[in-house]
Amino acid sequence: MAEFHIQNVAVSFPLYHGESRSLKKTMFAAASGRLGEDRKHRLVVEALRDISFSLRTGDRLGFVGSNGAGKTTLLRTMAGIYEPVSGRIDVRGDVTALLDAGQGMNFELTGRENIRLRGLFNGLNETQIEDLQSDVAEFAELAQFLELPVRTYSSGMVVRLGFALATAIKPQILLMDEWIMAGDASFMDKAKHRVETMVRGAEILVISTHSADIILQWCNRVIWMDAGQIKADGPPEEILSAYLTPEQLALAKNALTKVVAAN
Amino acid sequence: MALADIRQTVQLWPLVWTLSVLDIRLRYRGSILGPFWLTLSTSVMIGALGFLYSRLFHTDIQTYLPFLSLSLVLWQFLSTLTSEGCTCFTGSESMIRAMRMPLSLHAARVVVRNILVLAHNVIVIVAVFLIMGTVPGAYSFTIVPAFALWVVDAVAISLFLGVLCARFRDIPPIVASIMQIAFFVSPVIWNPAILAHRGIGTVLVKWNPFYALLEIVRGPLLGAPFEAQNWEIAVGYSAGLVLLAAVGFTRARSRVAYWV
Repeated sequence: MAEFHIQNVAVSFPLYHGESRSLKKTMFAAASGRLGEDRKHRLVVEALRDISFSLRTGDRLGFVGSNGAGKTTLLRTMAGIYEPVSGRIDVRGDVTALLDAGQGMNFELTGRENIRLRGLFNGLNETQIEDLQSDVAEFAELAQFLELPVRTYSSGMVVRLGFALATAIKPQILLMDEWIMAGDASFMDKAKHRVETMVRGAEILVISTHSADIILQWCNRVIWMDAGQIKADGPPEEILSAYLTPEQLALAKNALTKVVAAN
Repeated sequence: MALADIRQTVQLWPLVWTLSVLDIRLRYRGSILGPFWLTLSTSVMIGALGFLYSRLFHTDIQTYLPFLSLSLVLWQFLSTLTSEGCTCFTGSESMIRAMRMPLSLHAARVVVRNILVLAHNVIVIVAVFLIMGTVPGAYSFTIVPAFALWVVDAVAISLFLGVLCARFRDIPPIVASIMQIAFFVSPVIWNPAILAHRGIGTVLVKWNPFYALLEIVRGPLLGAPFEAQNWEIAVGYSAGLVLLAAVGFTRARSRVAYWV
């Protein structure tokens, strides 16, 4: 049983490095209304404020919100990359976060070496790493490119490698940013099945996206983030009808019907 | 939390090792000699400096070259370690922000990478000892605990400088210039015996942490008698360093991801 509890979590970014009090930044931060001061009167940007929610096995949560609303920061905090300045996070289960296509890949190393590093990070043994390498290579259609440095890959190949790598490991709790749903059409057809298997396998799914049809397709709960706070939390239909204009929602539903029909 | 971080790094030892090996391999990818460029460039430098300085200092090359090879190789390790330790977190920014990883892993990677470089340079020392017919002293076995102390210090330096430099970006150049000065004032290329009859020598040698650390490795190999005082000073400074690193890392660990 996987569980995820977040209580009163706040995250703020200190503004260091000299120019932190420059006029431009101060104006910018003031305009977004999220300028604050911490206990030591340092200037901070309050990226997340008073976030609380709980997830249990079976929950498929989507984050919506405009750019800079704190969706990615919240995913990073849930993944344990940022430790909150206040509040607590309790997790039961393995968490995997797929935040961007690069995912800490070293672009100077070859594809094979990057896969190996990821395998070691996940505590796999040599045989498992070999399996992982062949699985990823086959799926990402990299063939002989696997022996070349990742920097020589086309951006599409990097996404495919990142995608294949990300989906090769089966997590209990899966946090993902929307990049994983973006890719060229022919690859997405093939990728879809793989994402579906992984998403179904995950006990808890958290996804951050701008596209309503992905939410309608995957999620059974939506949190609307605004200026670092939870603006609304509830079933997808309800939140989306408040978040989107009726036309946008109709468009998304339309797109979803097409997807369902195509399958 | 800081201890758990270090424990996780130990559990991820195969990853640390592979990262370090790949770092070195990457640096020399495409070159014919590969990492043995390290060995070659060190031996060229030691050879050139050895002949030059043995003339300048009027010392016998037979004794000076083994001394210089040990000193320079050890110092190279120390100075690269401090400069790379400064960037151990800022340099791994993309990894730190992409996934949850124990932070001490990045410090361990710097240390292991530099130990691998050191291993390539040790060949030069062995060659110099063979050519010059130098016989290591009776207390040579004490370099084993001495090396262990070096590794502990190396981890502490990387952790401490790593968090400090992640927060204050002005530290790396300051550290670099301190190390530059330390190189000249410490008995690295000059033998402390030169200063024995001058007053200033006692300050440069006696209270110099670098001297004690160098000497616990260098002394026994060059056949010097066992000196408890060097060990006391080396262990004393190391304890201070470890304490500093422990405090710094414990306090700053949770903030590093925000700083990089």
